[in-house]
Amino acid sequence: MMITLKNTNFSYKNTPVFTDFTWQVQRGERWALLGPSGCGKTTLLYLLAGLRFPEEGELAIDGDMITRPRPETGLILQEYGLLPWATVEENVGLGARIHSFYGADGVHAPSHETHVTRNLSAWLERLGLENLSSKYPSQLSGGQRQRTAIARTLSLNPDLLLMDEPFSSLDALTRADLQNLTLELCSEENLTLIMVTHSIEEAVIMGRKILLLGNPPNKKPMIIDNPFAGKEGYRNSRDYTELCQNLRRQMEHA
Amino acid sequence: MKKREVALAALGIFVFWQISATIIDKSILPTPMVVVPVFFEELFSGKMLGHALSSLWRALAGMLLAILLAAPAGLVLGQSKSLNRFFSPVIYLLYPIPKVVLVPIVLLFFGVGDFPKIVIIFMILFFQILVLVRDQAVALPTELIESVRSLGAGRRALFRFVYLPASLPAILTALRQSVGTAVAVLYITETFATRQGLGYYIFLNASTLLNYPAMYAGVLAMSLLGLGLYFSVDWLERRLCKWQLID
Repeated sequence: MMITLKNTNFSYKNTPVFTDFTWQVQRGERWALLGPSGCGKTTLLYLLAGLRFPEEGELAIDGDMITRPRPETGLILQEYGLLPWATVEENVGLGARIHSFYGADGVHAPSHETHVTRNLSAWLERLGLENLSSKYPSQLSGGQRQRTAIARTLSLNPDLLLMDEPFSSLDALTRADLQNLTLELCSEENLTLIMVTHSIEEAVIMGRKILLLGNPPNKKPMIIDNPFAGKEGYRNSRDYTELCQNLRRQMEHA
Repeated sequence: MKKREVALAALGIFVFWQISATIIDKSILPTPMVVVPVFFEELFSGKMLGHALSSLWRALAGMLLAILLAAPAGLVLGQSKSLNRFFSPVIYLLYPIPKVVLVPIVLLFFGVGDFPKIVIIFMILFFQILVLVRDQAVALPTELIESVRSLGAGRRALFRFVYLPASLPAILTALRQSVGTAVAVLYITETFATRQGLGYYIFLNASTLLNYPAMYAGVLAMSLLGLGLYFSVDWLERRLCKWQLID
């Protein structure tokens, strides 16, 4: 089991967001966390990232209780994740520099990590950034910035990728392009993916499984299977449209 | 601005000085043709060099001390909401006080020598750097901090890779804004209770020796000191903060 949440409680500003919440994720699964704003989906992602901690209950990833950010977990946020004073190349290499700053101590960097000079140029190339490597984030488009963030995160060889509405400020074409790229990268790198989104369409494109959250407190997880996600042509299929409509109805009733 | 434009402007100012001094034709306004040779003579014969070095040392020591104390303090205040809430009103009150009025008090406390001058320059720069660095640290988006933490950064790496580079532009901006004031106040402190420094040199030549060309050479040296510091900060900013100059 990759992720285990067992009887978890968490409140935000004295309002319970999760009460007695239990949820499990298998290795290699792709999940979309969907819900209206304020439902707790970002909170759940921050719990998984080790940036917030449950008040009660158990949260384990890969068998270990989470007490701080886990070195094998990658996190990509909607915006502002890049250092504005560093070039694309320096931003992509930031993780490697931080890891070599501490050494492979198992706390800040995975303990089995022996080599910190990763193949950064290969990652720049894979994300189509090779011609932008000396540019600063302010000189990039939103899509190029997220590509940089993805290259930075994946260059650390994570096994779990957490994304918080990573494409919501992008135009429709760029968004679709990066959604496809993310799906490709997830299968290339055998990643477990958890993506938070408020867009029904994005959840259906990205999530083989969809966790639907409602107004807090969330008690029982509502899980929708989406077996065809990631199949070619799924965007234009009837299954896709029907599931989107179905989810919209469920969200309106919740 | 291009180097050529700046050089042309400097030339223009000297030409203007030359023409007005020729027209006015008084001993209290010597022409640059007289002052510039005296400037080099005084500097290299050694009479002015010692004074110039004292002033330079005081300015640099004050700047360095201010950076070393204000930048970490600004970073700490910027990261801790409760400390910032506690100190904000104090800074709010102390920040706008013209530090030059404290010169007599500082002199009374620290007496003669370099130290009171360094303290004054330190006080002028300290609050400027503190406030700008603090605001810069507060303005860092939480998302950025969380992202870098997710790459494995703890407190030390955050400091090294985020807070330190983020405070650099703030320090340089603060220096650029207040280095002129610092040199001006340095001049005032050097006109009493000392026998060292360009302020003393100018004052001595103006009021006791009545050597106007030498006085002007001192004024020129003090101006060059201010300009030199300003240019250095500018140069550092262009080198270290390239990312801010991009549109």
